[in-house]
Amino acid sequence: MSDAQDRKFIDISDVEQTFKTPKGSFQALRDINLTIAKGEFVALIGHSGCGKSTLLNLIAGLATPTRGALLCANKEIKGPGPERAVVFQNHSLLPWLTCYENIHLGVERVFGSTETRAQLKDRTDQALALVGLTPATQKRPGEISGGMKQRVGIARALAMEPKVLLMDEPFGALDALTRARLQDELLAIVQKTHSTVVMVTHDVDEAVLLSDKIVMMTNGPAATIGEVLSVRLERPRNRVQLAEDRHYVQYRKAVIDFLYTRQAHVEKAA
Amino acid sequence: MVSAVFHSPLEASAPHAPTPVLTPKGSPTAVPMTVPRERRPAANEPVTGAPRTYNWLWRRVLPPVCGFALLVLIWELVALNSTTGFPTPLAVWHQATIVFSDPFYDKGPNDQGVGWNVLSSLKRVALGFGLAAAVGIPAGFAIGRFDFLARMFNPLISLLRPVSPLAWLPIGLLVFKGANPAAIWTIFICSIWPMIINTAVGVQRVPSDYMNVARVLDLSEWKIITRILFPAVLPYMLTGVRLAVGTAWLVIVAAEMLTGGVGIGFWVWDEWNNLNVANIIIAIFIIGIVGLALEYALIKIATTFTFEEVKS
Repeated sequence: MSDAQDRKFIDISDVEQTFKTPKGSFQALRDINLTIAKGEFVALIGHSGCGKSTLLNLIAGLATPTRGALLCANKEIKGPGPERAVVFQNHSLLPWLTCYENIHLGVERVFGSTETRAQLKDRTDQALALVGLTPATQKRPGEISGGMKQRVGIARALAMEPKVLLMDEPFGALDALTRARLQDELLAIVQKTHSTVVMVTHDVDEAVLLSDKIVMMTNGPAATIGEVLSVRLERPRNRVQLAEDRHYVQYRKAVIDFLYTRQAHVEKAA
Repeated sequence: MVSAVFHSPLEASAPHAPTPVLTPKGSPTAVPMTVPRERRPAANEPVTGAPRTYNWLWRRVLPPVCGFALLVLIWELVALNSTTGFPTPLAVWHQATIVFSDPFYDKGPNDQGVGWNVLSSLKRVALGFGLAAAVGIPAGFAIGRFDFLARMFNPLISLLRPVSPLAWLPIGLLVFKGANPAAIWTIFICSIWPMIINTAVGVQRVPSDYMNVARVLDLSEWKIITRILFPAVLPYMLTGVRLAVGTAWLVIVAAEMLTGGVGIGFWVWDEWNNLNVANIIIAIFIIGIVGLALEYALIKIATTFTFEEVKS
């Protein structure tokens, strides 16, 4: 793979998304141009309704853009697939399967044709171990906590060895302490796997702590990318040390400034 | 829509539902159990135990007993004022002890014990209902999954579903040239609709999250059906099955009255011809109890297979 291709691993050009509603068409996104390099961690941030989830769904292939093109590794994104694994906001585990079976479902699909059963089992077990859930292997989603469910969701996505990991507010439904722990875990996992990650969030600290690049979106309707902020903080990152880091505070300030000064929430103004 | 029936019977059947039942006199025994405990924190188990059993008796046992007592009372009054020989509860009770002393005698095709009659009715229901499930459930899956099929069959279903089951009986007699297959056919045709409709609605209501998971994992259609659709639809499907069994049991009595042979419906008709009203009342109770048992068994199955997260 060439360097140029690595730098433009995901290439989004001139994307526009319009939804047809009974009241007429609704333009959710316009003029989206974004490139994401291989191994980069990108956060999409913006107020609710700014189309950040729509953009993620477009990358996932769960929706098709009305205009423009999305490329992943120089191939057009035509539909969803296991090479672009999604961690859903509400974990979306199948409640009738155990944690193991939930992960195994994806593993089987991706590696089932090339690997033996023992290898598939190893992969599933490793994924569970990666998120520290080996003891919960045989539990069903209904029997574990929200944080654990979200970890199974991450494990399911990672076990497929995706080219891109897409996360839609993965920690949004969790309490602050659990969220912090999972963020740390995610940092460690990404450090290990060098995954390319696109994460939708509305949490400024989360964005600055985790990402290499923060994509800030303007308010909808017809939202677009307002600004892209490169976060050049040393890795591995430690939240306690960073809390007093001068650069960290500056990045944080820049995002807050964008969100609350220049893109003050429309609903509040109304 | 049929699916509207989905929750209420299950919830109504939950025996531990914390319903704030008021006793008839509104006596203080109806207050939740925690209150007396809080007032007397030092009270030991035997003390709190006694009002609990009393309370339980008051709330759970007394009301149904009152209901049955009312029924028997009205029945007694009607029987006493009847000039046409309507039997009293006591007379029916005596008759019942005779009927149930030997439920499985067999004196030729027209005179068999009530046990045989119930069993042959159940056999017909099982056959007709089983065939309906075998056809209706896959059909429901197909209709729910493919929009084209839904548009194709919805008008037909809407047209045929309200038809009274007995209207199908002559068609069955004509086509199958026999009373028994005609009765089974009638069961089949009227129990198939709830199963088709509920299964189809269930498939259409599978949370889009689960279908998104299927799309992201790029699962095969077979895996989608076995791992996602089937488990997600199961509670809906079982509701359909439950409604269908109820309908089938309603219909069999009527169908057997018309076709004859051996069966609880035929038995009712036969006893009417003999003017043996006590036996008819016994039959009514038997039909009710068997129907209740079928319903209860299916509710049990349905609750075992319903996952909390599917309901929400």
